[in-house]
Amino acid sequence: MTEELMQQILKISFYGASLALILIGLYGVLTKKNLIKILLSMAIAESGLNLLFVAIGYIMNGTAPIFSTAVLDENNQLLETVTMVDPIPQALVLTAIVIGLGVTAVGLALVIRLYKHHNTINIDEIRNLKW
Amino acid sequence: MKRIITILLLGVTGYFVADAVFSIPFGVDKLNIAKEYLLNSPEELKVANTVTAVVVNFRGFDTLGEVTVLFLAATGLGSILFRRRKYHTGLNPQREAPQASRIVQVGGKLLFPLILLLGAYVFIHGHLTPGGGFQGGVIIATGYLLLLVSFRKFAVKHSSLTWVEAVAGVTFAGIGLTGLVFGKDFLENFLPTGVLNSLLSGGIVGIIYVAVGFKVASELTGILDTMLSIKVEVDEENEEN
Repeated sequence: MTEELMQQILKISFYGASLALILIGLYGVLTKKNLIKILLSMAIAESGLNLLFVAIGYIMNGTAPIFSTAVLDENNQLLETVTMVDPIPQALVLTAIVIGLGVTAVGLALVIRLYKHHNTINIDEIRNLKW
Repeated sequence: MKRIITILLLGVTGYFVADAVFSIPFGVDKLNIAKEYLLNSPEELKVANTVTAVVVNFRGFDTLGEVTVLFLAATGLGSILFRRRKYHTGLNPQREAPQASRIVQVGGKLLFPLILLLGAYVFIHGHLTPGGGFQGGVIIATGYLLLLVSFRKFAVKHSSLTWVEAVAGVTFAGIGLTGLVFGKDFLENFLPTGVLNSLLSGGIVGIIYVAVGFKVASELTGILDTMLSIKVEVDEENEEN
């Protein structure tokens, strides 16, 4: 019973926290005027998404998917008591973090260029895109 | 008004996304293809860290694309922020950062080799412990960032960064192509796999992750140096306009 209760609490906190991060990021993208704040909001939404991925791959009482000597017996077989979490979401999140870094870097470079050109990073004052 | 509309929109979006997400069972065994990976990684490939095995071997082609994206980001950043460079030595006269205090300078000098050592350890042991080429590369780049913020005139040589990056990228793709010579698939292991949980295990996985570590470190250091060495000349720009 306590095991199931624990599982429910963990589910609500992990899924809820990652969804909250995604929504906070979207809110920032939609309402902020400062370009750097918009980029940071995108990074927040992305970290929420990464957290959601890893939370979906979690298995209760699972260890990290590493076959170190701590989880192997003397014949290099996995101990019966050990369950491992899903490695694929972790690998995908590793990819996503690197891509997110590239996106943020290029976005910041564009912000620097825009600041040099328009002398502001407020999107309401950059009027070239409006018609 | 606009804020209320945004909150309403996000509320509706959040409700439906939450509805979908909370129907995914949490904490139960949903392994499908991962079972194969968890079985093959220690048995055939002798790689202890299954995440590394997935990233570098089972889905190595993805990682090649990922490294390409990082390379494109670094190159794109360089072309967006392009300035003709007048320096080729280790000194950068264009940066006008304030001089850091003596404590930061001495501490930076002291910590820099240790950070390099930690980064190298993380990517060399990527197939045994948590971490790998990307993480180790980022750690090394933070070491260079420490030097860049503590010494006003410090700059990295972009030509050597380009060489390191090119050699690492060619190593990655070349190892993949060498597999074709041995009658295997692209990026399939062709070296002897060794003993599980020893440093020389996993065949090509360790070599590829070391190459990725060098590549990521040089690319991120290049990005940091490019971003720090731009000088915002507001007045000159206005005069030109």
